[in-house]
Amino acid sequence: MDVEPEVPNPPSVAAAPVVALDDAVAVIGGFPVLAGATLSIGVGEIVLLRGPNGAGKTSLLRMCAGLLPISRGSGSIFGFDLATQRDSIRPRVGLLGHRNGLYGDLSVFENVTFWGSTVGATSAEAEAAMSRLGVDGRLRDVVVSKLSAGQKRRTALACLVARRAELWLLDEPHAGLDAAGRDELDGVLRQAVGSGATVLVASHELERAGSLADRIVDVVAGQVHEPGAST
Amino acid sequence: MNRWRIARLIAGKDLRIERRSKVLTNQVLPFAGVTMVMFAFALDASNLLERVAPGLIWLATLFSLLVLVQRSFSIEGEDGALDALRVAGVDPVAVYWGKSIALGVQLAVLEVMLLIAAVLLYGAEVPLGGVVLLLTTLVTATCGLACVGTLYGGLTAGFTGRETLLPLLVLPVVAPVLIGATRAVESALGTGGVALSEGWPWIGLLAVFAVAFGVGGALAFGPLIEEAT
Repeated sequence: MDVEPEVPNPPSVAAAPVVALDDAVAVIGGFPVLAGATLSIGVGEIVLLRGPNGAGKTSLLRMCAGLLPISRGSGSIFGFDLATQRDSIRPRVGLLGHRNGLYGDLSVFENVTFWGSTVGATSAEAEAAMSRLGVDGRLRDVVVSKLSAGQKRRTALACLVARRAELWLLDEPHAGLDAAGRDELDGVLRQAVGSGATVLVASHELERAGSLADRIVDVVAGQVHEPGAST
Repeated sequence: MNRWRIARLIAGKDLRIERRSKVLTNQVLPFAGVTMVMFAFALDASNLLERVAPGLIWLATLFSLLVLVQRSFSIEGEDGALDALRVAGVDPVAVYWGKSIALGVQLAVLEVMLLIAAVLLYGAEVPLGGVVLLLTTLVTATCGLACVGTLYGGLTAGFTGRETLLPLLVLPVVAPVLIGATRAVESALGTGGVALSEGWPWIGLLAVFAVAFGVGGALAFGPLIEEAT
């Protein structure tokens, strides 16, 4: 007898915030990298994570991507439980961390097409994503290993666009970009938000990222604090 | 996208990277060739070489397998692509099958080259009657080796010292393939007067091994890379 695969449905998706963490704790090697993070982010927001190195910003992004298991507390992304439904979260999330996730021996077009193809995107969508990030034209067929750091970063962002990510988790996205590239990135993020995406960005470039963000939250010693909010 | 399409996508990507980087042709094949020549130096007696040629082919294949597996997962690890595949929610079973297929294609090319090297260097002969058994051995052994290589490549991908850990884990596991494939090729080549019919039971062992790791590996790969990376 055929059994229909059970597709998990998030409870009341429309009402749920995109990111909802409640006293979330994550532990790596016995060390609590997140020590009770509480955060709520609505659809279409750009939120800046601010904090010193080692404060837990990257861990927070990895938890939201479903890569870091939640040890205590609770959390959900798009209404899907971070403890039990991580597989349902991942296809809707795009994480750009310290590494770009690109294949150095493939061209820009081949990389963007590959990542787009994982969600069924067409070559035309890949071309459009490359065009938005300025890695089309003469860069289209250049192998990624021959690109500058900034061009690699833009290619990685084009992959996120091609993957149709709904929640963008960006760790130091401005690193390695020149002034024009940073402006382009800001434009892409605003455009992504305009088309319904939500952005959580960790950055040390407070002036630039701060002007882009709707809201700034501090991450200190694995805990999240909102400036001005009562604790 | 369905699982099979993703697997083809992954396999195509790996083979395109290989075609562009030429690691197989410029590094792995010469390494395997040098290994065969070194065996010839070490066992410098023509009768003995012809007798042990099947075993040497598979030993050289296993050593080269380790290099290919390291390469297969280093392209995923260099810029965090394996992590990115996980974040993208790409089906780990499809990743496993895709990477196994790409590895299998490269192994098949390698094995054919090693067989030619054995004919040229060791004076091995391939009788027409043994061709079917020989091809069946190559196919079943390649499937098993590709599946084991991909499984353990994924397992060690996130570990420090994976270059030394991988041979330690893989070589004992593939011992049945070494034994079965060597015996089957001995029968196919008629080495030492072994009858052709004696080779077929070994194909059964190779097939069981390939199916066990093809199915078991696909089930285990997801949880393993989840823990390893």
